Amino acid sequence: MPEQHEFGFHTRAIHAGARPEPVTGARAIPIFQTTSYVFEDADAAAAYFNLQEYGNTYSRIMNPTVAAFEERIANLEGGVGSVAFASGLAAQTAALFTMLQPGDHMLASSALYGGTLTQLKHLMRKLSVGLTFVDPDDVDGWKRALTPATKVLFGETIGNPAGNVLDIEALAELAHAHGAPLMVDNTFATPYLCRPIEWGADIVVHSATKFIGGHGTSIGGVVVDSGEFDWSNGRYQVVADPSPAYHGLSFHETFGIYGYLMKLRAETLRDLGAALSPFNAFLFMQGLETLPLRMARHVENARRVAEFLAGHPAVSSVRFAEQATSPHRELARKYLPNGAGAVFCFDLVGGRAAGKTFIEALTLFSHLANVGDAKSLVIHPASTTHRQLDDAELAAAGIGPGTIRLSVGIEDAVDLIWDLRQALGALR
Amino acid sequence: MTTQDDAAEVATIQRVLSYARNIAIVGLSSNPLRASFFVGFYLLRHGYRVFPVNPRESEVLGQRCYGSLADVPEPIDVVDVFRQGDAVPGIAREASAVGARALWLQYGVVSPEGVAVARDAALDVVEDRCIKIEHARYFGRMHWLGFNTGVVGARRAKALP
Repeated sequence: MPEQHEFGFHTRAIHAGARPEPVTGARAIPIFQTTSYVFEDADAAAAYFNLQEYGNTYSRIMNPTVAAFEERIANLEGGVGSVAFASGLAAQTAALFTMLQPGDHMLASSALYGGTLTQLKHLMRKLSVGLTFVDPDDVDGWKRALTPATKVLFGETIGNPAGNVLDIEALAELAHAHGAPLMVDNTFATPYLCRPIEWGADIVVHSATKFIGGHGTSIGGVVVDSGEFDWSNGRYQVVADPSPAYHGLSFHETFGIYGYLMKLRAETLRDLGAALSPFNAFLFMQGLETLPLRMARHVENARRVAEFLAGHPAVSSVRFAEQATSPHRELARKYLPNGAGAVFCFDLVGGRAAGKTFIEALTLFSHLANVGDAKSLVIHPASTTHRQLDDAELAAAGIGPGTIRLSVGIEDAVDLIWDLRQALGALR
Repeated sequence: MTTQDDAAEVATIQRVLSYARNIAIVGLSSNPLRASFFVGFYLLRHGYRVFPVNPRESEVLGQRCYGSLADVPEPIDVVDVFRQGDAVPGIAREASAVGARALWLQYGVVSPEGVAVARDAALDVVEDRCIKIEHARYFGRMHWLGFNTGVVGARRAKALP
């Protein structure tokens, strides 16, 4: 047996979760495009449904191609496992749904993706879960907002779109002192730039639609568990107590560090039904193989674009955490030493009207509602992604009327700067 | 797998699972919701012979239950423990006395003294690990449920029974 060896990030991005298929030897991960699986015999079927054996039953709950993706992202994030979902929003809904019950309370950053802000406001009210939004930069504010019912703290590593960098270590400490987990959306950083679990986060969620897929082809999401949080601390009956939906099984006691993930899959995914398709999982696996290469290029291009914009007279401010003027520079140095991502905002001197003219003058940046594509993207949040928010909520999320969000792709930086320069020129 | 200790542990786990045929489970419960029952069920399914050791049970998983390791009439390869840590030193001495090759302590079963006793008797020791999960990690289907096995390689997976 060769000596054990710790494999690096690039190697794991290509290999984790995808040893050659044992029967055929297929080197690429096969797409198991099947709804269901023939049982070996009746005993095997019973064992699978009783969770006594690792077995495939139905692709709403598990699928070998999806599982390969789940293992790869869990490996890259440093978690004990993960469960994939049909979208990033489905993933975070399921993550919260598994740990919360009516009467609980959660704290969330006020500078989250607009779809998340809207989701939390409406979903938590419908589920009778209290919700308080807090300024993500103010750790004392998080502390003051804690209540005896607070069961989870939630923020984004890099806030969308204002680019706040979350003080993960401080918030994890605060959450754990309160007996609650810290859940972090790591979509904008990806595990290449930041691994929140290494800083104490308990649950990591992703919209895999973005940099993980990387090519704008597929919608998906994933929940990664560190396996570190003690769900049996007396505050999470919904995870720790015998489950009426599984003959009285106590997930945390029986499955230990895998208990939350087992419950997330065997109950929440089973019941909510937002399963990731095997084909999308295959595309995400392909994406992850080049994640380190793409991210290195994304952040390099983002730096050059940010530098260009900061020096342009039509631009009033650039909110990129690596810039000397950024209030998040120190946090970015700590949590994002290899780059503060490739999605950031800037503001045009001319406000809303200038925003419209500018976007319509661009020829290489695609005007659309997505980020994290190999292609460079642009949007005007106030009129699109964050349109459901009122002015106060927009301000809390760091969005002004002339704010433009860029997702810097991996084209030639000189071409991106050429396009931005000519579009800014159209404002004169 | 980052340190020499980790490397040694991985090698020990794989070796124990490969030579194990007869496994005594000390503290095996007949309650189908207990972790020990899940483990016993899994090991039987994967071709191991399971000998329950629990003075409070007569039969578990269709297997006759014994009051102590010394009562088991067949040679034991691995002694898998689901008991409090303070019971482990005694179990380790019995394991050595019956000629077992390995002492396996499940999650949360902690006993530095018991581990020392077993090591002095030249037994292989695995601590704070689940034998079902480790089997599934290296030789089974743990990867089918999206768990991070930590196993990376370009060769076809080898399956034990």
